[in-house]
Amino acid sequence: MKTGKGLRVTAAALAGMVALAACGGGDDAADSGPATLRMTVWTANEAHLKLFNEIADEYKKTHSNIAEIKFDPLPFDNYTTTLTTQIAGGNAPDLAWIFENSAPDFVSSGALLPLDETLKKTEGYGYDDLSPATLKLWQDGGKLYAYPFSTSPFGVFVNTDLLKKAGQKTPAELIAAGQWNWTNALAAASAANAATGKAGIVIRDFDYKGWDNLSTYFTGWGAQAWSADGKTCGFTSPEMVDAMTTLHKAIFVDKAMPGPGTTADFFAGEAAMTVTQISRASLLKKDGFGWDLVPLPAGPKGNYSVVGQAGLGVLKKSKHAQAAADFLAYFTNATNSAKLAQFFPPPRQSQLTAETLAKTNPTLTPEQLQKVVIDGITNGVVKPNHAGQAELSQQVRASLDPLWKADADVKAVLDGVCTKIQPLLAK
Amino acid sequence: MSETDTVAGRESARPATGGRTAEPAGPRRAGDRRPYWTARRRDQLTGYLFITPQLLGSAVFVILPLILVVWYSLHEWNVLAGTFDYVGAENYQALADDTNLPGVLKATGLFSIGLVIFNLALALLLAVLLNQRLRGSIVFRTLFFSPVVVSLVAWTIVWGFLLQDNGGINGLLDTIGVDGPNWLRGETTAMLSVIVVQVFKNVGLNMVLFLAALQGVPGELYEAAEVDGASRMRQFWRITVPLISPTILLTSIITVVGSLQVFAQIAVLTQGGPGTSTTVLVYYLYQQAFQFHHFGYGATLSIVLFAIVLALTVLQWQMRKRWVFHES
Repeated sequence: MKTGKGLRVTAAALAGMVALAACGGGDDAADSGPATLRMTVWTANEAHLKLFNEIADEYKKTHSNIAEIKFDPLPFDNYTTTLTTQIAGGNAPDLAWIFENSAPDFVSSGALLPLDETLKKTEGYGYDDLSPATLKLWQDGGKLYAYPFSTSPFGVFVNTDLLKKAGQKTPAELIAAGQWNWTNALAAASAANAATGKAGIVIRDFDYKGWDNLSTYFTGWGAQAWSADGKTCGFTSPEMVDAMTTLHKAIFVDKAMPGPGTTADFFAGEAAMTVTQISRASLLKKDGFGWDLVPLPAGPKGNYSVVGQAGLGVLKKSKHAQAAADFLAYFTNATNSAKLAQFFPPPRQSQLTAETLAKTNPTLTPEQLQKVVIDGITNGVVKPNHAGQAELSQQVRASLDPLWKADADVKAVLDGVCTKIQPLLAK
Repeated sequence: MSETDTVAGRESARPATGGRTAEPAGPRRAGDRRPYWTARRRDQLTGYLFITPQLLGSAVFVILPLILVVWYSLHEWNVLAGTFDYVGAENYQALADDTNLPGVLKATGLFSIGLVIFNLALALLLAVLLNQRLRGSIVFRTLFFSPVVVSLVAWTIVWGFLLQDNGGINGLLDTIGVDGPNWLRGETTAMLSVIVVQVFKNVGLNMVLFLAALQGVPGELYEAAEVDGASRMRQFWRITVPLISPTILLTSIITVVGSLQVFAQIAVLTQGGPGTSTTVLVYYLYQQAFQFHHFGYGATLSIVLFAIVLALTVLQWQMRKRWVFHES
């Protein structure tokens, strides 16, 4: 019968297609011979990659089971999306950097290999040297799922030439006088803008979209995006309303910050100050402007610090998961951790001293390292993070957009944020 | 008897008219075996072999993904956990309950309508102008067509700089004393900006198609109309438009389908904002599937998109009887 024959042909064709599709997978396929490891990273900085490759080359000398270790830079803006797309497409890396804002998703999902045993049994690793506070975000059920290879406090880079040109006291002078707070920082930024035409202060990577970077500002008011248990929205709290009202005035009235749709790169000399992490020090030009690095200004609730974290984990889907975990143990051992410390503040307590960090951070003074990095890590709160953060972030971003207009009703906008995200937080 | 002989013998039995009758004439005797490799079968095999690569490509890269999308829409796929659970019609129920969807469809509709109107009108205007015998018209044709071959992302990034609050567009407006808006931060201006960027990117393609159609309109029709005293405008509406109506249909289908698939411009310029004013269906689908990891719901949204594209294409195709006055 024609119909029956047609059905058979169709079935055979579909079977062939499914077989073809299956050829593309192979997540669990056995693998023999020396392994090639791939680690996704969000830096394409040549100095960073050079150091990684040096460590990897050293490791390969004593590990014949590893043929190659590749560092695969993914674009910073869509890093997590690209990573999860690779995982969905059956092309998961062996090791991956993970942002703090997606840590809850990765850690609780079971996507990562537990690392405790491997790290503890690695000779001379010094697992107990890892600061417990830095491990918290990366643990679940008492197991460690990623190594917090970078716990990087936010500080303020200052273009001292620009501030002096505008007749302003430098932050160092304000710190010495006990006057380094957001009121004075915004006033200096406003004056710098008025006098030089350059931007005052820029919260880097915020750009009126990456709102979680604003936590480096509103934490000074004691405000939080959501409660510690992640169940209650914090955008309507009096502290947040106060913080955002001050920020709105700073942007639209005092011009202390460049407005929406205006870009100003501090490292190109286009702004007087920028809030960012010390790893960005590598962007400073040797013969550029005079600069300084100082802690975040004090808020109404006093001194505070905010840290951005990045974890390094091994994907369970990796064909060489254990080999990848072994490399992770080498990559982050005490010796290599000290090398990496020049860019990424380590979680090792023994290395969190100004003297140790100064050896690998020639651009920063021991005083800067103590005040910004060590004190920051000791007292800092991690940037907002929550399970399902991508969806939450999108809702907050969209709901906050009406705030970035000169005539915005700050309280009403913040009420709108909570109306949108409370159902997601309550899930 | 060899196969060659058999085929040759059957070939000779064909009528001299060159007809394609495959069966030999006359009653078949018991025990006669018809040769399997008849010329007809051989021709069929050759034909199938020729289309096999295309069929395989379509099956693997078109049909299979379509089937998989339907399959995924019935599942919840947690990429990180590695789970893939059947949820039945849950994703379709979520579609009905999605409070963001009306806004997304509105943005999609606004973008498509705006793009189709601006693109087709500008392309036709440019084609009519460049169809004149003017000095330098080839240079202008090349200039207007060149954005079509420029990288879409590069094009959009450049426009992103131009549309900044302190960007090139407002700089130009400032020189004539106009205080330009913050194009990408206002809900209306953001949508308008995305449409304009897309129009300038692709208007050249439609322009070339219109130009080719215009050059196919016989000159004597205009001469006859002029003799009859028809104005230029009347000639355009009564002669040009009817005769290029097949091209108008083609370009409108291409533009509508293209408008429903816009992604890079939104991702680079506005990321769906401000608010959700430029969150069109494809971008929303991307967010759900790849940013929020709701792959099942993303697949369901892609089926909605497929249904919309199909419905609009069929509708336009059916309406060709009214639109298209001349179709070869």
